[in-house]
Amino acid sequence: MEALVASAVGVMTAAGIFLILRRRTFPVILGLSLLTYAVNVFLFATGRLALNAPAVLNKYKDVPYTDPLPQALVLTAIVISFGMTAVIVMIALSAYLSSMDDHIDMSAQDSVDGAGEDA
Amino acid sequence: MSLFLIAALPFLGAVFPALLIRAGRNAAASAAGLTTFLALMGLLIHIPSVMRGEVVTARFDWIPGLGLNANFMLDGLGFLFALLILGIGLLIILYARFYLSREDPMGQFYTYLLLFQGAMVGIVLSDNILLLLIFWELTSLSSFLLIGYWRHLPEGRQGARMALAVTGSGGLAMIAGMLILGNIVGSYDLSVIIQNKELIQSSPYYMPALILILLGCFTKSAQFPFHFWLPHAMAAPTPVSAYLHSATMVKAGLFLMARMWPVLAGTEAWFYIVATTGLVTMLIGACIALFKDDLKALLAFSTVSHLGLVTMLLGFGTKIAAVAAIFHIINHATFKAALFMTAGIVDHETGTRDVKRLGGLRHLMPITFTIGTIAALSMAGLPPLNGFLSKEMMLEETVHTTWLNSHYLVPGLALLAALFSAAYSFRFVGHVFLGPERDDYPAHPHDPPVGLWLAPAFLVVLVVLIGLYSAAIVGPLVAVVSSAVIGGEKLPYYSLKLWHGFTPALYMSIVATLGGLFLVSLHKRGEQVWNALPRPEAKDIFDAVIGALTKLSQWVTDELHNGVISRYAVIMIAFTVGMGFYAYSTGTIGLETRVPLPAPIIPIIGWICLVGATLAIMWFHRNRLLSLVLIGVVGLIVSMAFNYLSAPDLALTQISVEVVTMILLLLSLNFLPTETPRDSSAQRRWRDAAISVVAGIGSGALIYALMLRDFAFPTISDFHLANSYKGGGGTNVVNVILVDFRGFDTFGEIIVLGIAALIIFALTEAVLSTNVRAYLLNRKPHWPQSGDSHPLMMVVATRVMMPIALMVGAYIFFRGHNQPGGGFIAGLIVAIAYLMQYMASGYTWAIERQRFFYHGTIGWGVLIAAATGLGAWFNERPFLTSDFGYIHWPPLEEFEWATAILFDTGVFLAVLGAVMLALDSLSRFAWQPGMAQEFPMDINPLRDDPPEEDQEKEQA
Repeated sequence: MEALVASAVGVMTAAGIFLILRRRTFPVILGLSLLTYAVNVFLFATGRLALNAPAVLNKYKDVPYTDPLPQALVLTAIVISFGMTAVIVMIALSAYLSSMDDHIDMSAQDSVDGAGEDA
Repeated sequence: MSLFLIAALPFLGAVFPALLIRAGRNAAASAAGLTTFLALMGLLIHIPSVMRGEVVTARFDWIPGLGLNANFMLDGLGFLFALLILGIGLLIILYARFYLSREDPMGQFYTYLLLFQGAMVGIVLSDNILLLLIFWELTSLSSFLLIGYWRHLPEGRQGARMALAVTGSGGLAMIAGMLILGNIVGSYDLSVIIQNKELIQSSPYYMPALILILLGCFTKSAQFPFHFWLPHAMAAPTPVSAYLHSATMVKAGLFLMARMWPVLAGTEAWFYIVATTGLVTMLIGACIALFKDDLKALLAFSTVSHLGLVTMLLGFGTKIAAVAAIFHIINHATFKAALFMTAGIVDHETGTRDVKRLGGLRHLMPITFTIGTIAALSMAGLPPLNGFLSKEMMLEETVHTTWLNSHYLVPGLALLAALFSAAYSFRFVGHVFLGPERDDYPAHPHDPPVGLWLAPAFLVVLVVLIGLYSAAIVGPLVAVVSSAVIGGEKLPYYSLKLWHGFTPALYMSIVATLGGLFLVSLHKRGEQVWNALPRPEAKDIFDAVIGALTKLSQWVTDELHNGVISRYAVIMIAFTVGMGFYAYSTGTIGLETRVPLPAPIIPIIGWICLVGATLAIMWFHRNRLLSLVLIGVVGLIVSMAFNYLSAPDLALTQISVEVVTMILLLLSLNFLPTETPRDSSAQRRWRDAAISVVAGIGSGALIYALMLRDFAFPTISDFHLANSYKGGGGTNVVNVILVDFRGFDTFGEIIVLGIAALIIFALTEAVLSTNVRAYLLNRKPHWPQSGDSHPLMMVVATRVMMPIALMVGAYIFFRGHNQPGGGFIAGLIVAIAYLMQYMASGYTWAIERQRFFYHGTIGWGVLIAAATGLGAWFNERPFLTSDFGYIHWPPLEEFEWATAILFDTGVFLAVLGAVMLALDSLSRFAWQPGMAQEFPMDINPLRDDPPEEDQEKEQA
């Protein structure tokens, strides 16, 4: 089981990073989503894996429990990553609609324009 | 009055002038004056105990972990400076009321002034060096505002920038020095530090600490070679110059040197650095002052010179020199503030500060003449005025000082400086007030109204009285302050009186006065020589340095930050991978201690789906819709895996977030291109593939190694498991961690989420207010629109499901504390329930029937969570401590109540509002006029007529 989880983390990380390194907004967003999955599973797995041992206390008998702490952290991470994805999507969308260009890199011309505005 | 209140009063009072300015300038000035007066009274109440040599303290542990405590103390030294700050502050407030013109925003002025005053009082009352540093930086900032007060003047802006750059960077150096000092002693409390002379002076870090702290003091007190900012700061209104640049801010450096005197002084390094700097500053300042034509520049350089004098005295390191330094600080504050105000009056009434255009004002402005002359003669060091007394003491001390075995160097140079000092003082009187009356003044000069001359007159009375009856008036004060400076040791013998007999100092005074008169008589010729001499212009050097630095940082920024985001990403990932490799190659890895779990067939199928979908995304990522579908597959498998691996809460959260994210991405894809063109070279793709494969192998191997080993250290999770029910009242430990153990984290998270949603809303507003809206309205959709955009089946089904979905949300919410569920998940589920209506019945139809606002929902969520947290305070518990109990209402089952559920309500509302606001914003991009349908369904049995389009189609 550990091998399955670890290899899945590896594959998702690799795919996520590959997509993040693309030059258009949409693949980058997809890549970030994939990387988010990978990181969340990674963090979750730092609590070590356990089957049928949810961290819900049993009042009647002694049963093993899995590590609740990474779960709590990952839970908020999932929700926050939704917020992050939403913001990035909106930025990408606004940028595309304003310029009809969905490249993530600024061209040399853009930099010059930007510097002009600052001055 | 508590020291806290004295230090806080100016800050509190700073609000009033800004608000009261609408009620008129008198109201604003009175508010500022009253605040200062109250603080001054609060200070004066402490006179008896201070005069007995006691130290008044007020302590409050602020951040004890950092050694940062809001500790205040009031001893003689702090009292003297606080008295100067508040007393002269009061006079300045009066003076400024009449000085500033109708066009100046007076409310702002008093607000800045009070902020500055508060920061200064904070410095002199702090008993904690970290606290002192905070106030120190505050004075730099508030003086920046004050110097740049006339923001329409370029000199004002430049002067403010220069002052901030110099004093601010000195402050940075001082932070480092103070931290070193605190580390040597092991405490950041001043009262502890000044007890540890041996410890500090024997430390190898004494020199760095000394130099860094002195850098702070020298920049603040305008010592050579940092003196150049002070004359440029004279672009400020005169009340500011009189206050900041004569009496208070520039004395902060002197204050700190005096404060640290017991532990830092007495070494060779201290003597040679401080005394030499002071001597050089005194001489150079006096020399330049003689040749300045601008009255305020003259006074500025003379201030530089006098600050140098005090620095030199402190630098001598002898007790009697310290007494002289304290005495001169008092005297200088009185006569120099009066002189600045006089210069301001002259400027105000004649329209110029140029000495060359003035002269002969003594009959036109007799009151001003009297005030200015007495103050200037005191500055020149003539008896029986107070300047004479402290100058005598200074000269006397120099006679006893040897510098590198030379007995004559220090007294000789000091005499020269005193001579220049007398000369520029005489010039101030002679070239402004004496001489023939002229007929070309820019304005007709006359004495100002009483409000303007009252403050300097008061100071001049002090000048005379201190000169005549020094022992009676300031004797006790000087004694108390001096003993505070020298660390409570026995005071040396000295006497404050005019006549000491025929001492060397007296002869030197006579030489200085006569020489000064002689020099003034030769001024014209001297000036020609001076102007012919080449001399470095500090401002040009400063501008060149700043310009070079700006260019450098611009270049670095341009090179590093060129806008190519994919390059940043490559660098960051490659660096992370490199760090990982370094850790791997240098670390050791323990033995496997855990037995791997078995892998039955179902998880293997799941794994195949996940890896297959991920690889397919890589392969098909140019087809954006397909890759979205595939990413949905990945998300579902991940949530199933969470469920399988004993994390039901995570599974619930993941699956509901998945739904919302997919809707969001689909909506956005509506407006983005549907295909990703191929625009990177094969080489680049291979490079990226190599980086990502290495990173993937690294992270996979790391987590694999981690999962097969037990914790190296005991985990805190056991604490959570043990206390979840006992302390938090819930059996679902994950939820208890979220709402209780780590409630503060969760509180932060919902705020972040709310902010994210607001950013999205703001972006939408911004984009839709540009010409993007026109584009959107005329846009052709990527795909042909469905003829039946709101299918009957779906509308009916979602309507029916709405209450059920809400019920599920409520159920998940309430069971959250004890079973998987909780506010986060419930918020997402309810959001999905609403989104279903959006999708089925149309955005416009749904939004018209919606009776709550998302902004408000977010706000209420955060407020409820905060209020629950604050509630704990009323039970004298820390923020967010939760409470719970059990209630039994027959015939119901016994049930539990917990304050955590209120907190979870906040979480629920914030999540709901944030998700809805984000998707709602995105939906507005799709808005088209005429979309608002009266009817919820395209085919409505209640409707008589078929839609117009259908009619048209039929006709066609």
